[in-house]
Amino acid sequence: MLLNQFLILAAFLFCTGAYGVLARKHAVLVLMSIELMLAGVNLNLVAFGAFHNSELGQVFALFVLTIAAAEVGIGLAIVLLIYRNLHSADLDDVDTMKG
Amino acid sequence: MIAENVVFYLLAAAMALGAIGVVRTKNVVHAALYLVVVLAGGAAQFILLGQEFVAWVQVLVYIGAVIVLFLFGIMLTRAPMHPKETLDNDLRWPAAVTALFLVGILVGLLVHTFHGEKVNVTAPIRTGQITNAIFTTYIIPFEVVGVLLLGALIGAVVLARKD
Repeated sequence: MLLNQFLILAAFLFCTGAYGVLARKHAVLVLMSIELMLAGVNLNLVAFGAFHNSELGQVFALFVLTIAAAEVGIGLAIVLLIYRNLHSADLDDVDTMKG
Repeated sequence: MIAENVVFYLLAAAMALGAIGVVRTKNVVHAALYLVVVLAGGAAQFILLGQEFVAWVQVLVYIGAVIVLFLFGIMLTRAPMHPKETLDNDLRWPAAVTALFLVGILVGLLVHTFHGEKVNVTAPIRTGQITNAIFTTYIIPFEVVGVLLLGALIGAVVLARKD
């Protein structure tokens, strides 16, 4: 297997996630797109770990997984708070700071 | 050698279609289910690379916990599930151009840098090696991540409770 197969797949996942973050309106969908980007990064780390025949790729991937879980928990709490205050989880409605 | 490439491309196609599904579908619950496809495909790729432990952690943590959390979020915010409403803002075309630009640059750089480098998976990485690395070299980051999780847990409770 070529290393590039995995890296290009990861790059594709990352860019799809970036598109989702920019183009999606619903806050939960933006969080899902961020998860997509993190999945791409994890694939990169693990592919490099396998490339160097080392366990460190997995170690870093585990840290990324942990932080992703924490981020989703906090993110969904914030989305719930936005929903409770604005009665919509639509990010276009969160424009209090807009000039 | 050919078999693992075939498996890779099948999984990659499923993951790519799932990823496009996440950012294109008009039903929020379907987006969560497409995300399951991507993450399960990622776990399968990890096994293909001989990195089993993180594959099963991905299945447990992502598919088991994070997706359930997402479904809770969808239900609690009464997300739209009618196919006629749009879930995209009017930045769709600039976002698509940005993403294509980014993927073009990344693929160009990767092809230029890692052209012809091969991954030779001879034996899977043992879980003992990972735990040795975590509990010796990376013990301080491990503890810090534990504190971070505790902070996130308390923070989520404080943010989301009704008072």
